[in-house]
Amino acid sequence: MCGIVGLFLKKDELRPQLGDMLTDMLITMTDRGPDSAGIAIYGEEADGMVKITVQSDTPDAAFADLDAAVCAAVDAPVTIKVVDTHAVLTLPEAVEQEAIAYLEEKGLRIMGSGATMEIYKEVGLPKDVAARFGLRDMGGSHGIGHTRMATESAVTTMGAHPFSTADDQCLVHNGSLSNHNQMRRKLAKKGVFTRSENDTEVGAAYISSRIADGATLGEALEGTIKDLDGFFTFVTGTKNGFGVVRDPIACKPAVMAETDDYVAFASEYRAFADLPGIEAARVWEPEPATVYFWER
Amino acid sequence: MTTTLDKTVLDMTAMELREVNTTLQAAAKAQANAAFEIINPRGSHAMACGLDGPLDVTIKGSTGYYCAGMNKDATVTVEGSAGPGVAENMMSGVVTIEGDASQYAGATGHGGLLNIKGNASSRCGISMKGIDIVVHGNIGHMSAFMAQSGNLVVLGDAGDALGDSLYEARLFVRGNVKSLGADCIKKEMRPEHIEILKELLEKAGADAKPEEFTRYGSARKLYNFNIDHADEY
Repeated sequence: MCGIVGLFLKKDELRPQLGDMLTDMLITMTDRGPDSAGIAIYGEEADGMVKITVQSDTPDAAFADLDAAVCAAVDAPVTIKVVDTHAVLTLPEAVEQEAIAYLEEKGLRIMGSGATMEIYKEVGLPKDVAARFGLRDMGGSHGIGHTRMATESAVTTMGAHPFSTADDQCLVHNGSLSNHNQMRRKLAKKGVFTRSENDTEVGAAYISSRIADGATLGEALEGTIKDLDGFFTFVTGTKNGFGVVRDPIACKPAVMAETDDYVAFASEYRAFADLPGIEAARVWEPEPATVYFWER
Repeated sequence: MTTTLDKTVLDMTAMELREVNTTLQAAAKAQANAAFEIINPRGSHAMACGLDGPLDVTIKGSTGYYCAGMNKDATVTVEGSAGPGVAENMMSGVVTIEGDASQYAGATGHGGLLNIKGNASSRCGISMKGIDIVVHGNIGHMSAFMAQSGNLVVLGDAGDALGDSLYEARLFVRGNVKSLGADCIKKEMRPEHIEILKELLEKAGADAKPEEFTRYGSARKLYNFNIDHADEY
């Protein structure tokens, strides 16, 4: 069992409240997943720049002068924002891969990267994880979150969701995949590698690889129904929005709500209880084996 | 807790779930035929479950998992949608959902009426054992799987694999059936079925004519081992 939440804002004036709304949703899902929690938040974009989110268990030492070190390594301007065990480095898009290689070599864990996406995830109760990162104060256009009750891999930062396997793309999952090792090998043959032993990361890599091959988000999500075996309710985030798909058996719960202000997703209705205007929202359960997505 | 002239209001922003359920269960046991209104349910789990006496409960909003489970004699109305497993193993009484019901609504129910005004999702009436379920909208896949007795009435459409491995429950569907499950077949609508359906539609306040429905039931081919299938094992 895990908990998933997602929120896509239709109105720009609500952006400053995104973190606050998502945090309440995330904390409500604690009893579906008390092991770890994570959030991907899609915020501001700077032209030609990319954000790389990294994690370290020893942030004081690892993040001290990291911006200067990366700047020297890639010969480009770098700014850093340290948030507890995570740091977000902003640098020119042209040096992104070079910077990621340097950061990995330094032993930092890459959470994700993209023009607008930042990922924060840690082991612990969702309320504690949210407080450590100050999630309430984060603004943005949309975000997805996850509370984890581990089944397929260890309770570690790298095992926590969301998983990002391409710029501005991430995935959260409730369920378990049974053909993830086979799919991991298939993807590796194509040169697509994952960073953890986790089943969901393979799902994320599958979607990213389909998009890289030219599929639309909708087509990539359709593909999960055919190519991934197991139980899943997936919510995937992209720069422009988010998508939802459930396996044909659909035993993992999912509920959606839509108003003029937002589209919200959650594992259970409880997570919507504090959303503004929820009493008048259109609330429905996504159909099995059916792809839904919202993009701006 | 506020008591008005005719009903007691329980506010879930001021009371814990356990306190609410204990209050309802005590009132049900007292056989006092009391009326309760629950406000701010906030999608809570297991609301108004285990009631075993005459009681009238109205929940003003949507509920989470297992609302009105094991209900006996009580009347529970949800003025919103219900999460998975609503009225699970219900024995008698009436449970009404004004909105939609999530998966396995009325699962293993032994009796009473579960009246769903919206849609019900997958596995509605799975393993039902005598309950009557009326769904005014559509139902999802694998509904009435291994259903043993009782009636499932659907005014809209049914999803894949309706009535798979069905025993003796009666299924009445007005709309389309996406596919029938193993051993479930279309059956003749005889006068006694029209009578049963007429009564159920009236009880559920459903605006439909019994003649518009198709009956489905068990072909009874799975009841006994077929020696010609021995090679399959």
